[in-house]
Amino acid sequence: MRITQGCFSFLPDLTDEQITAQVEYCLGKGWAIGVEYTDDPHPRNTYWEMWGNPMFDLKDAKGVIMELEDCRKAHPQHYIRLNAFDSSRGLETVTMSFIVNRPDAEPSLQMTRTESRGRSQHYAWETQR
Amino acid sequence: MAMPEALSNTESLPTSVDLAEEYKASGVAEILDELDRELVGLKPVKQRIRETAALLLVERARRAMGLSHEPPSLHMSFTGNPGTGKTTVALRMADLLHRLGYIRKGHLVSVTRDDLVGQYIGHTAPKTKEILKKAMGGVLFIDEAYYLYRPDNERDYGQEAIEILLQVMENNRDDLVVILAGYADRMERFFESNPGFRSRIAHHIDFPDYDDQELLSIAERMLSRQGYHFDSKAAAVMSEYIVRRRRQPHFANARSIRNALDRARLRQANRLFEESVGPVDAEQLSTITARDISASRVFRMVEPNHPEISS
Repeated sequence: MRITQGCFSFLPDLTDEQITAQVEYCLGKGWAIGVEYTDDPHPRNTYWEMWGNPMFDLKDAKGVIMELEDCRKAHPQHYIRLNAFDSSRGLETVTMSFIVNRPDAEPSLQMTRTESRGRSQHYAWETQR
Repeated sequence: MAMPEALSNTESLPTSVDLAEEYKASGVAEILDELDRELVGLKPVKQRIRETAALLLVERARRAMGLSHEPPSLHMSFTGNPGTGKTTVALRMADLLHRLGYIRKGHLVSVTRDDLVGQYIGHTAPKTKEILKKAMGGVLFIDEAYYLYRPDNERDYGQEAIEILLQVMENNRDDLVVILAGYADRMERFFESNPGFRSRIAHHIDFPDYDDQELLSIAERMLSRQGYHFDSKAAAVMSEYIVRRRRQPHFANARSIRNALDRARLRQANRLFEESVGPVDAEQLSTITARDISASRVFRMVEPNHPEISS
């Protein structure tokens, strides 16, 4: 099942050229960029592993692409996303986030029902490989 | 069968390039003029920059016409004594390379050993990489680059930074230009012990010391930029100061002049404060007199008879 979260996730996967262009756009806005990865794309899994610190004061997208390439080399079968942080409100806020790498076989999300007291139903999503 | 293909190939490419037109359009002329106007002296440096600009322009024309071309290696080394304008020229160089389209952004990241080399094991690589990421698309200017290499300590982390630098200089030639700067003799020794650097650096530019006349005109420019000027006698005292200062240790060309002028302004302010009765006018406020300069310790110092012993 194709996981859709963040920008562009209903589009076909971005090429490296398109990723570079998006990063250029972010840098042009003065946003810092962080690379994050995970193997669990559950919607409640908000905090992914950070691939190094977010990168501040970059002038060119190449710096981000280098980190992304390193991350892809280390985790080819993980989800990788780029987060852009906007600091104009005095704190670093994620203002744009998009997936740049997916595993070949994506896990699916399965809904499970549990019956609890008073026959009420509890619903939960579970990632299934 | 190959014929039509070849024809269509040549059709899409221009068959001639007007170099003068390219030169004008690229905005290189403005930078070179600015260089001539704003930097005093440095004849050989300007000449080298002109030559480099011409080479890059021709390379670009060759690329446009589809002639075989190897992307030129642009890493440089600037050697010369302190205060001879290496950083200033590096800034201009970044602008020049940007206008010629050899680097994408044209900013200058100026670093020293402390910015690249870490304090403990595993600290150097991320630190160096962070700087390199910031420098991508621009020029990385490493001042006093020879401090990266410490031959007396083989476990020095500088070696790690050097290896990362060399790798990036080779693999990311399109992404950034590295300029190494420092004293000529120590740079020479640095290259001897790191042949990898020498073979990756195509342009060696040597910055000569300024002569006394050039330093005086630098002083006058610095003052006028700050809205000050010498009075008639002060200029003569200043040129005397330059001659004497040069014989003192730690003479740093234009930087020494700038410091001397800063102190002269301090003395001028003090003099005005202590001596003026009644209102002072703009002329008084912006004039450096002979007394402001002649109070310098340089004039009170005994001339060393054996400079090689005293230094």
